[in-house]
Amino acid sequence: MHSDSALELIFTGDPALLEIVRLSLIVSLSAVAIAAFVGIPLGALVALNRFSGREGVIVLLNTLMGLPPVVAGLAVYLLLSRSGPLGSLGLIFTPTAMIIAQTVLVIPIIAALTRQTIEDLWDEYREELTAMNVRVFRRVTTLIWDGRFSLVVTLLAGFGRAAAEVGAIIIVGGNINGYTRTMTTAIALETSKGDLSLAMGLGAVLIAIVIIVNTLAWSVRRAGEKMAG
Amino acid sequence: MRAGASDLPIRFESVSVGTRGVTMLDRITLLIEAGPPTVLIGPNGSGKTTLLRTAMGLVRPTQGRITWGGAEKSPPVQRAIVFQRPAMLRRSVSGNLSYALSTARIPRRTERINELLSMVGLDGLGKRPARRLSGGEQQRLALARALARDPAVLLLDEPTASLDPASTKTIEDIISAIAVSGIKVVIATHDLGEARRIGGEIVLLHHGRVIERAGATEFLNAPKADEAKAFLAGELLV
Repeated sequence: MHSDSALELIFTGDPALLEIVRLSLIVSLSAVAIAAFVGIPLGALVALNRFSGREGVIVLLNTLMGLPPVVAGLAVYLLLSRSGPLGSLGLIFTPTAMIIAQTVLVIPIIAALTRQTIEDLWDEYREELTAMNVRVFRRVTTLIWDGRFSLVVTLLAGFGRAAAEVGAIIIVGGNINGYTRTMTTAIALETSKGDLSLAMGLGAVLIAIVIIVNTLAWSVRRAGEKMAG
Repeated sequence: MRAGASDLPIRFESVSVGTRGVTMLDRITLLIEAGPPTVLIGPNGSGKTTLLRTAMGLVRPTQGRITWGGAEKSPPVQRAIVFQRPAMLRRSVSGNLSYALSTARIPRRTERINELLSMVGLDGLGKRPARRLSGGEQQRLALARALARDPAVLLLDEPTASLDPASTKTIEDIISAIAVSGIKVVIATHDLGEARRIGGEIVLLHHGRVIERAGATEFLNAPKADEAKAFLAGELLV
Protein backbone atom coordinates (compact mmCIF):
# COMPACT_ATOMS: atom_id res chain seq x y z
CA MET A 1 0.00 0.00 0.00
CA HIS A 2 1.33 3.39 -0.97
CA SER A 3 1.45 6.70 0.77
CA ASP A 4 -0.22 8.51 -2.14
CA SER A 5 -2.83 11.20 -1.66
CA ALA A 6 -6.24 10.09 -0.48
CA LEU A 7 -8.01 11.25 -3.65
CA GLU A 8 -5.47 9.51 -5.90
CA LEU A 9 -6.00 6.22 -4.08
CA ILE A 10 -9.73 6.49 -4.53
CA PHE A 11 -9.80 7.61 -8.17
CA THR A 12 -7.12 5.22 -9.41
CA GLY A 13 -8.99 2.32 -7.84
CA ASP A 14 -6.07 1.19 -5.70
CA PRO A 15 -6.42 -2.65 -5.45
CA ALA A 16 -5.53 -2.71 -1.75
CA LEU A 17 -8.11 -0.06 -1.04
CA LEU A 18 -10.76 -1.86 -3.08
CA GLU A 19 -10.07 -5.13 -1.29
CA ILE A 20 -10.46 -3.44 2.08
CA VAL A 21 -13.72 -1.80 0.98
CA ARG A 22 -15.02 -5.09 -0.42
CA LEU A 23 -14.30 -7.00 2.78
CA SER A 24 -15.78 -4.24 4.93
CA LEU A 25 -19.03 -4.34 2.99
CA ILE A 26 -19.22 -8.13 3.03
CA VAL A 27 -18.64 -8.27 6.79
CA SER A 28 -21.03 -5.47 7.75
CA LEU A 29 -23.83 -6.35 5.32
CA SER A 30 -23.63 -10.03 6.27
CA ALA A 31 -23.78 -9.14 9.95
CA VAL A 32 -26.81 -6.89 9.41
CA ALA A 33 -28.58 -9.55 7.33
CA ILE A 34 -28.05 -12.25 9.95
CA ALA A 35 -28.93 -9.88 12.78
CA ALA A 36 -32.14 -8.89 10.96
CA PHE A 37 -33.05 -12.55 10.51
CA VAL A 38 -32.73 -13.05 14.28
CA GLY A 39 -33.50 -9.59 15.66
CA ILE A 40 -36.72 -8.74 13.81
CA PRO A 41 -38.66 -11.88 14.85
CA LEU A 42 -37.16 -11.62 18.34
CA GLY A 43 -38.26 -7.99 18.70
CA ALA A 44 -41.72 -8.82 17.34
CA LEU A 45 -42.17 -11.73 19.74
CA VAL A 46 -41.19 -9.60 22.73
CA ALA A 47 -43.58 -6.88 21.51
CA LEU A 48 -46.57 -9.19 21.14
CA ASN A 49 -46.20 -11.55 24.08
CA ARG A 50 -46.73 -11.00 27.76
CA PHE A 51 -44.53 -13.26 29.89
CA SER A 52 -42.85 -13.05 33.26
CA GLY A 53 -39.51 -11.32 32.95
CA ARG A 54 -40.59 -9.42 29.82
CA GLU A 55 -39.65 -6.05 31.32
CA GLY A 56 -36.22 -7.49 32.14
CA VAL A 57 -35.77 -8.68 28.56
CA ILE A 58 -36.68 -5.21 27.25
CA VAL A 59 -34.24 -3.51 29.62
CA LEU A 60 -31.54 -6.04 28.65
CA LEU A 61 -32.08 -5.46 24.91
CA ASN A 62 -32.00 -1.70 25.38
CA THR A 63 -28.85 -1.99 27.49
CA LEU A 64 -27.13 -4.24 24.97
CA MET A 65 -27.65 -1.58 22.30
CA GLY A 66 -24.79 0.20 24.03
CA LEU A 67 -22.63 -2.91 24.34
CA PRO A 68 -18.98 -1.80 23.97
CA PRO A 69 -17.57 -3.38 20.80
CA VAL A 70 -14.37 -4.43 22.56
CA VAL A 71 -16.42 -6.36 25.10
CA ALA A 72 -18.38 -8.09 22.34
CA GLY A 73 -15.09 -8.77 20.56
CA LEU A 74 -13.56 -10.20 23.71
CA ALA A 75 -16.55 -12.49 24.29
CA VAL A 76 -16.45 -13.79 20.71
CA TYR A 77 -12.65 -14.14 20.97
CA LEU A 78 -12.96 -16.29 24.11
CA LEU A 79 -15.58 -18.39 22.32
CA LEU A 80 -13.61 -18.89 19.10
CA SER A 81 -10.00 -18.87 20.30
CA ARG A 82 -8.08 -22.13 20.01
CA SER A 83 -8.68 -22.95 23.69
CA GLY A 84 -12.31 -21.75 23.61
CA PRO A 85 -15.40 -23.95 23.36
CA LEU A 86 -15.68 -23.38 19.61
CA GLY A 87 -11.95 -23.20 18.96
CA SER A 88 -11.97 -26.42 16.98
CA LEU A 89 -13.91 -24.66 14.24
CA GLY A 90 -10.81 -22.61 13.43
CA LEU A 91 -12.75 -19.40 12.93
CA ILE A 92 -10.62 -17.01 14.93
CA PHE A 93 -8.86 -14.36 12.80
CA THR A 94 -11.15 -15.01 9.84
CA PRO A 95 -13.82 -12.82 8.21
CA THR A 96 -16.40 -15.25 9.60
CA ALA A 97 -15.32 -14.39 13.15
CA MET A 98 -15.68 -10.71 12.27
CA ILE A 99 -19.20 -11.29 10.98
CA ILE A 100 -20.10 -13.14 14.17
CA ALA A 101 -18.74 -10.32 16.34
CA GLN A 102 -20.64 -7.65 14.42
CA THR A 103 -23.80 -9.75 14.43
CA VAL A 104 -23.59 -9.90 18.23
CA LEU A 105 -23.34 -6.13 18.30
CA VAL A 106 -26.18 -5.50 15.85
CA ILE A 107 -28.81 -8.01 17.07
CA PRO A 108 -29.73 -6.00 20.20
CA ILE A 109 -30.10 -2.82 18.15
CA ILE A 110 -32.40 -4.43 15.61
CA ALA A 111 -34.36 -6.40 18.23
CA ALA A 112 -34.86 -3.41 20.54
CA LEU A 113 -35.90 -0.99 17.80
CA THR A 114 -38.12 -3.62 16.16
CA ARG A 115 -39.79 -4.27 19.52
CA GLN A 116 -40.66 -0.60 19.85
CA THR A 117 -41.90 -0.29 16.24
CA ILE A 118 -44.04 -3.42 16.41
CA GLU A 119 -45.43 -2.57 19.84
CA ASP A 120 -46.55 0.88 18.63
CA LEU A 121 -48.16 -0.67 15.56
CA TRP A 122 -49.79 -3.39 17.65
CA ASP A 123 -51.41 -0.75 19.85
CA GLU A 124 -53.00 0.64 16.69
CA TYR A 125 -53.94 -2.70 15.09
CA ARG A 126 -54.76 -4.79 18.18
CA GLU A 127 -58.55 -4.58 18.05
CA GLU A 128 -58.84 -4.80 14.27
CA LEU A 129 -56.68 -7.92 14.05
CA THR A 130 -58.37 -9.51 17.07
CA ALA A 131 -61.77 -8.79 15.53
CA MET A 132 -60.57 -10.36 12.28
CA ASN A 133 -59.62 -13.49 14.22
CA VAL A 134 -55.99 -13.21 13.06
CA ARG A 135 -53.77 -15.84 14.69
CA VAL A 136 -50.45 -15.16 16.41
CA PHE A 137 -48.10 -16.05 13.54
CA ARG A 138 -50.14 -14.01 11.05
CA ARG A 139 -50.16 -11.09 13.49
CA VAL A 140 -46.37 -11.15 13.60
CA THR A 141 -45.99 -11.28 9.83
CA THR A 142 -48.66 -8.59 9.37
CA LEU A 143 -47.02 -6.21 11.80
CA ILE A 144 -43.56 -6.79 10.35
CA TRP A 145 -44.88 -6.21 6.83
CA ASP A 146 -46.87 -3.11 7.74
CA GLY A 147 -43.96 -1.78 9.79
CA ARG A 148 -41.48 -2.47 7.02
CA PHE A 149 -40.71 1.16 6.25
CA SER A 150 -39.94 1.94 9.87
CA LEU A 151 -37.88 -1.23 10.06
CA VAL A 152 -35.72 0.09 7.22
CA VAL A 153 -34.51 2.75 9.63
CA THR A 154 -33.83 0.01 12.18
CA LEU A 155 -31.67 -1.83 9.66
CA LEU A 156 -29.86 1.42 8.86
CA ALA A 157 -29.09 1.88 12.54
CA GLY A 158 -27.71 -1.64 12.60
CA PHE A 159 -25.62 -1.04 9.49
CA GLY A 160 -24.32 2.20 10.95
CA ARG A 161 -23.23 0.39 14.08
CA ALA A 162 -21.55 -2.40 12.10
CA ALA A 163 -19.83 -0.17 9.56
CA ALA A 164 -18.44 2.19 12.17
CA GLU A 165 -17.16 -0.24 14.79
CA VAL A 166 -13.53 -1.27 15.04
CA GLY A 167 -13.05 -2.68 18.52
CA ALA A 168 -14.73 -6.06 18.00
CA ILE A 169 -13.40 -6.95 14.57
CA ILE A 170 -9.83 -5.96 15.36
CA ILE A 171 -9.87 -8.40 18.29
CA VAL A 172 -11.42 -11.37 16.46
CA GLY A 173 -10.09 -10.58 12.97
CA GLY A 174 -6.56 -9.54 13.82
CA ASN A 175 -6.38 -6.90 11.06
CA ILE A 176 -4.45 -9.25 8.75
CA ASN A 177 -3.45 -7.48 5.54
CA GLY A 178 -5.39 -8.78 2.55
CA TYR A 179 -7.48 -11.14 4.66
CA THR A 180 -9.23 -9.51 7.61
CA ARG A 181 -8.37 -5.86 7.15
CA THR A 182 -11.42 -3.61 6.89
CA MET A 183 -11.81 0.13 6.48
CA THR A 184 -12.09 0.87 10.19
CA THR A 185 -9.22 -1.39 11.27
CA ALA A 186 -7.05 -0.06 8.43
CA ILE A 187 -7.82 3.53 9.40
CA ALA A 188 -6.76 2.77 12.98
CA LEU A 189 -3.59 1.04 11.80
CA GLU A 190 -2.55 3.57 9.16
CA THR A 191 -3.16 6.45 11.54
CA SER A 192 -0.96 4.81 14.14
CA LYS A 193 1.70 4.32 11.45
CA GLY A 194 1.43 7.95 10.38
CA ASP A 195 0.07 7.18 6.88
CA LEU A 196 -2.68 9.75 7.08
CA SER A 197 -3.34 9.80 3.31
CA LEU A 198 -4.57 6.23 3.22
CA ALA A 199 -6.43 6.69 6.49
CA MET A 200 -8.16 9.76 5.11
CA GLY A 201 -8.93 8.00 1.82
CA LEU A 202 -10.50 5.10 3.66
CA GLY A 203 -12.39 7.49 5.91
CA ALA A 204 -13.80 9.30 2.88
CA VAL A 205 -14.85 6.04 1.26
CA LEU A 206 -16.47 4.85 4.50
CA ILE A 207 -18.47 8.04 4.85
CA ALA A 208 -19.47 7.92 1.18
CA ILE A 209 -20.69 4.33 1.53
CA VAL A 210 -22.73 5.16 4.61
CA ILE A 211 -24.28 8.14 2.81
CA ILE A 212 -25.09 6.06 -0.28
CA VAL A 213 -26.64 3.22 1.75
CA ASN A 214 -28.71 5.68 3.79
CA THR A 215 -29.83 7.56 0.70
CA LEU A 216 -30.89 4.36 -1.04
CA ALA A 217 -32.74 3.11 2.01
CA TRP A 218 -34.43 6.46 2.53
CA SER A 219 -35.51 6.58 -1.10
CA VAL A 220 -36.96 3.09 -0.86
CA ARG A 221 -38.80 4.08 2.31
CA ARG A 222 -40.23 7.26 0.77
CA ALA A 223 -41.34 5.47 -2.39
CA GLY A 224 -42.88 2.65 -0.38
CA GLU A 225 -44.73 5.02 1.93
CA LYS A 226 -46.07 6.88 -1.07
CA MET A 227 -47.41 3.67 -2.57
CA ALA A 228 -48.72 1.95 0.58
CA GLY A 229 -49.31 4.80 2.98
CA MET B 1 -74.17 -13.92 3.66
CA ARG B 2 -72.76 -17.27 4.71
CA ALA B 3 -75.09 -20.17 5.08
CA GLY B 4 -76.59 -20.29 8.54
CA ALA B 5 -76.51 -17.36 10.92
CA SER B 6 -75.13 -19.49 13.73
CA ASP B 7 -73.86 -16.47 15.74
CA LEU B 8 -77.48 -15.41 16.20
CA PRO B 9 -79.11 -14.88 18.53
CA ILE B 10 -76.58 -13.07 20.67
CA ARG B 11 -77.85 -13.47 24.20
CA PHE B 12 -76.68 -11.36 27.13
CA GLU B 13 -77.67 -12.96 30.43
CA SER B 14 -77.18 -10.54 33.31
CA VAL B 15 -73.84 -9.45 31.84
CA SER B 16 -71.69 -7.02 33.78
CA VAL B 17 -68.40 -5.60 32.59
CA GLY B 18 -66.18 -3.55 34.82
CA THR B 19 -62.60 -2.74 35.54
CA ARG B 20 -60.85 -1.07 38.44
CA GLY B 21 -64.06 -0.32 40.26
CA VAL B 22 -65.78 1.21 37.22
CA THR B 23 -68.89 -0.58 35.98
CA MET B 24 -69.35 -0.21 32.23
CA LEU B 25 -72.17 -2.72 31.78
CA ASP B 26 -74.48 -3.43 34.70
CA ARG B 27 -76.39 -6.73 34.60
CA ILE B 28 -77.46 -6.41 30.98
CA THR B 29 -79.99 -8.92 29.76
CA LEU B 30 -80.59 -8.54 26.06
CA LEU B 31 -81.41 -10.71 23.09
CA ILE B 32 -80.13 -9.69 19.68
CA GLU B 33 -81.91 -11.67 17.01
CA ALA B 34 -81.98 -11.80 13.24
CA GLY B 35 -84.15 -9.09 11.70
CA PRO B 36 -84.18 -5.31 11.36
CA PRO B 37 -81.29 -3.22 12.74
CA THR B 38 -80.84 -2.84 16.47
CA VAL B 39 -79.86 0.71 17.37
CA LEU B 40 -78.10 1.31 20.67
CA ILE B 41 -78.55 4.87 21.82
CA GLY B 42 -77.49 6.73 24.91
CA PRO B 43 -75.18 9.49 26.04
CA ASN B 44 -71.40 9.16 26.08
CA GLY B 45 -70.29 6.65 28.67
CA SER B 46 -73.63 4.85 28.72
CA GLY B 47 -72.01 1.55 27.70
CA LYS B 48 -72.80 1.40 23.97
CA THR B 49 -69.23 0.73 22.86
CA THR B 50 -68.59 -1.78 25.64
CA LEU B 51 -71.79 -3.61 24.74
CA LEU B 52 -70.71 -3.83 21.09
CA ARG B 53 -67.23 -5.04 22.03
CA THR B 54 -68.71 -7.61 24.37
CA ALA B 55 -71.07 -8.76 21.61
CA MET B 56 -68.04 -9.06 19.33
CA GLY B 57 -66.20 -11.14 21.93
CA LEU B 58 -63.44 -8.58 22.43
CA VAL B 59 -64.43 -7.94 26.06
CA ARG B 60 -65.17 -10.68 28.55
CA PRO B 61 -68.02 -10.27 31.02
CA THR B 62 -66.90 -9.95 34.60
CA GLN B 63 -70.27 -11.41 35.59
CA GLY B 64 -73.06 -13.15 33.73
CA ARG B 65 -72.79 -14.94 30.44
CA ILE B 66 -73.04 -14.23 26.75
CA THR B 67 -73.79 -16.77 24.05
CA TRP B 68 -73.65 -16.66 20.29
CA GLY B 69 -76.17 -19.00 18.70
CA GLY B 70 -76.28 -20.85 22.00
CA ALA B 71 -72.51 -21.31 22.24
CA GLU B 72 -70.45 -19.64 24.95
CA LYS B 73 -67.25 -19.89 22.95
CA SER B 74 -67.55 -18.65 19.41
CA PRO B 75 -64.61 -17.24 17.48
CA PRO B 76 -65.46 -14.05 15.54
CA VAL B 77 -65.95 -15.79 12.23
CA GLN B 78 -69.53 -14.84 11.43
CA ARG B 79 -69.51 -11.40 12.98
CA ALA B 80 -67.61 -8.26 12.14
CA ILE B 81 -67.21 -4.87 13.74
CA VAL B 82 -66.47 -1.36 12.48
CA PHE B 83 -64.87 0.77 15.15
CA GLN B 84 -65.52 4.46 15.59
CA ARG B 85 -61.96 5.16 14.49
CA PRO B 86 -61.03 2.17 12.36
CA ALA B 87 -57.33 1.44 11.91
CA MET B 88 -56.32 1.34 8.28
CA LEU B 89 -53.65 -1.22 7.45
CA ARG B 90 -50.62 0.35 5.80
CA ARG B 91 -51.62 -1.01 2.44
CA SER B 92 -53.68 0.07 -0.52
CA VAL B 93 -57.48 0.15 -0.38
CA SER B 94 -57.57 -3.15 -2.28
CA GLY B 95 -54.81 -4.49 -0.05
CA ASN B 96 -56.99 -3.88 3.01
CA LEU B 97 -59.87 -5.80 1.43
CA SER B 98 -57.60 -8.56 0.22
CA TYR B 99 -56.25 -8.93 3.76
CA ALA B 100 -59.75 -9.16 5.24
CA LEU B 101 -60.72 -11.79 2.67
CA SER B 102 -57.64 -13.86 3.41
CA THR B 103 -58.17 -13.76 7.19
CA ALA B 104 -61.70 -15.05 6.59
CA ARG B 105 -60.26 -17.71 4.26
CA ILE B 106 -62.28 -16.41 1.36
CA PRO B 107 -60.59 -16.47 -2.06
CA ARG B 108 -59.06 -13.08 -2.86
CA ARG B 109 -60.71 -12.61 -6.21
CA THR B 110 -60.41 -9.27 -7.94
CA GLU B 111 -64.11 -9.39 -8.83
CA ARG B 112 -65.06 -9.68 -5.16
CA ILE B 113 -62.79 -6.77 -4.23
CA ASN B 114 -64.28 -4.63 -7.00
CA GLU B 115 -67.78 -5.62 -5.92
CA LEU B 116 -67.04 -4.52 -2.33
CA LEU B 117 -65.51 -1.25 -3.51
CA SER B 118 -68.55 -0.58 -5.63
CA MET B 119 -70.87 -1.41 -2.74
CA VAL B 120 -69.34 1.36 -0.61
CA GLY B 121 -68.77 3.83 -3.44
CA LEU B 122 -65.00 3.58 -3.58
CA ASP B 123 -64.77 2.45 -7.22
CA GLY B 124 -61.49 3.44 -8.80
CA LEU B 125 -59.71 4.02 -5.49
CA GLY B 126 -58.38 0.48 -5.12
CA LYS B 127 -54.75 1.42 -5.59
CA ARG B 128 -54.77 4.42 -3.28
CA PRO B 129 -53.04 4.06 0.11
CA ALA B 130 -55.82 3.46 2.63
CA ARG B 131 -54.38 5.91 5.13
CA ARG B 132 -54.56 8.72 2.58
CA LEU B 133 -58.35 8.45 2.25
CA SER B 134 -60.61 11.06 3.86
CA GLY B 135 -62.38 10.23 7.13
CA GLY B 136 -65.61 9.34 5.36
CA GLU B 137 -63.81 7.21 2.79
CA GLN B 138 -61.89 5.40 5.52
CA GLN B 139 -65.15 4.64 7.29
CA ARG B 140 -66.57 3.25 4.05
CA LEU B 141 -63.47 1.15 3.52
CA ALA B 142 -63.83 -0.15 7.08
CA LEU B 143 -67.41 -1.13 6.21
CA ALA B 144 -66.26 -2.89 3.05
CA ARG B 145 -63.51 -4.64 5.02
CA ALA B 146 -66.08 -5.87 7.54
CA LEU B 147 -68.38 -7.03 4.73
CA ALA B 148 -65.48 -8.82 3.06
CA ARG B 149 -65.60 -11.27 5.94
CA ASP B 150 -69.12 -12.21 4.88
CA PRO B 151 -70.61 -11.74 8.36
CA ALA B 152 -74.02 -12.73 9.66
CA VAL B 153 -73.85 -9.91 12.22
CA LEU B 154 -72.31 -6.49 11.64
CA LEU B 155 -71.59 -4.34 14.69
CA LEU B 156 -71.08 -0.63 14.04
CA ASP B 157 -69.71 1.75 16.66
CA GLU B 158 -70.84 5.30 15.87
CA PRO B 159 -69.80 4.96 12.22
CA THR B 160 -70.85 8.51 11.32
CA ALA B 161 -69.41 10.33 14.32
CA SER B 162 -67.52 13.44 13.20
CA LEU B 163 -68.53 13.02 9.54
CA ASP B 164 -70.17 15.76 7.49
CA PRO B 165 -73.84 15.37 6.46
CA ALA B 166 -73.03 14.14 2.95
CA SER B 167 -70.67 11.44 4.25
CA THR B 168 -73.17 10.54 6.96
CA LYS B 169 -75.90 10.04 4.37
CA THR B 170 -73.63 7.87 2.24
CA ILE B 171 -72.75 5.67 5.22
CA GLU B 172 -76.36 5.42 6.36
CA ASP B 173 -77.49 4.43 2.85
CA ILE B 174 -74.86 1.68 2.82
CA ILE B 175 -75.97 0.50 6.27
CA SER B 176 -79.59 0.36 5.11
CA ALA B 177 -78.58 -1.65 2.04
CA ILE B 178 -76.60 -4.03 4.26
CA ALA B 179 -79.59 -4.51 6.57
CA VAL B 180 -81.86 -5.20 3.60
CA SER B 181 -79.41 -7.83 2.35
CA GLY B 182 -80.13 -9.93 5.45
CA ILE B 183 -77.11 -9.11 7.57
CA LYS B 184 -78.06 -8.30 11.15
CA VAL B 185 -76.91 -4.74 11.89
CA VAL B 186 -76.29 -3.56 15.45
CA ILE B 187 -75.33 0.09 15.51
CA ALA B 188 -74.37 2.40 18.36
CA THR B 189 -75.10 6.09 18.04
CA HIS B 190 -75.88 9.06 20.21
CA ASP B 191 -77.62 10.79 17.29
CA LEU B 192 -81.40 10.47 17.61
CA GLY B 193 -81.86 11.53 14.00
CA GLU B 194 -79.69 8.66 12.87
CA ALA B 195 -81.62 6.25 15.09
CA ARG B 196 -84.85 7.48 13.51
CA ARG B 197 -83.47 7.12 9.96
CA ILE B 198 -82.11 3.62 10.48
CA GLY B 199 -85.19 2.39 12.35
CA GLY B 200 -85.60 -1.20 13.45
CA GLU B 201 -85.54 -1.48 17.19
CA ILE B 202 -84.01 0.95 19.64
CA VAL B 203 -82.25 0.13 22.90
CA LEU B 204 -81.59 3.04 25.25
CA LEU B 205 -78.60 2.56 27.53
CA HIS B 206 -77.69 4.68 30.52
CA HIS B 207 -75.07 4.02 33.19
CA GLY B 208 -74.44 0.60 31.65
CA ARG B 209 -78.05 -0.53 31.98
CA VAL B 210 -80.81 -1.11 29.45
CA ILE B 211 -83.38 1.58 30.23
CA GLU B 212 -85.86 0.83 27.48
CA ARG B 213 -86.12 -1.32 24.41
CA ALA B 214 -88.82 -0.95 21.78
CA GLY B 215 -89.49 -0.68 18.06
CA ALA B 216 -88.23 2.60 16.62
CA THR B 217 -91.67 4.10 16.02
CA GLU B 218 -92.94 3.12 19.45
CA PHE B 219 -89.80 4.31 21.21
CA LEU B 220 -89.62 7.64 19.41
CA ASN B 221 -93.35 8.41 19.70
CA ALA B 222 -94.30 6.93 23.06
CA PRO B 223 -91.30 6.31 25.28
CA LYS B 224 -92.13 4.77 28.64
CA ALA B 225 -89.11 5.33 30.88
CA ASP B 226 -88.45 8.77 32.33
CA GLU B 227 -84.84 8.66 31.05
CA ALA B 228 -86.11 7.86 27.55
CA LYS B 229 -88.55 10.77 27.66
CA ALA B 230 -85.80 13.08 28.89
CA PHE B 231 -83.35 11.84 26.23
CA LEU B 232 -85.90 12.37 23.47
CA ALA B 233 -86.70 15.81 24.83
CA GLY B 234 -83.07 16.70 24.38
CA GLU B 235 -82.30 16.88 28.08
CA LEU B 236 -78.87 15.88 29.26
CA LEU B 237 -78.76 12.46 30.89
CA VAL B 238 -76.09 12.57 33.55
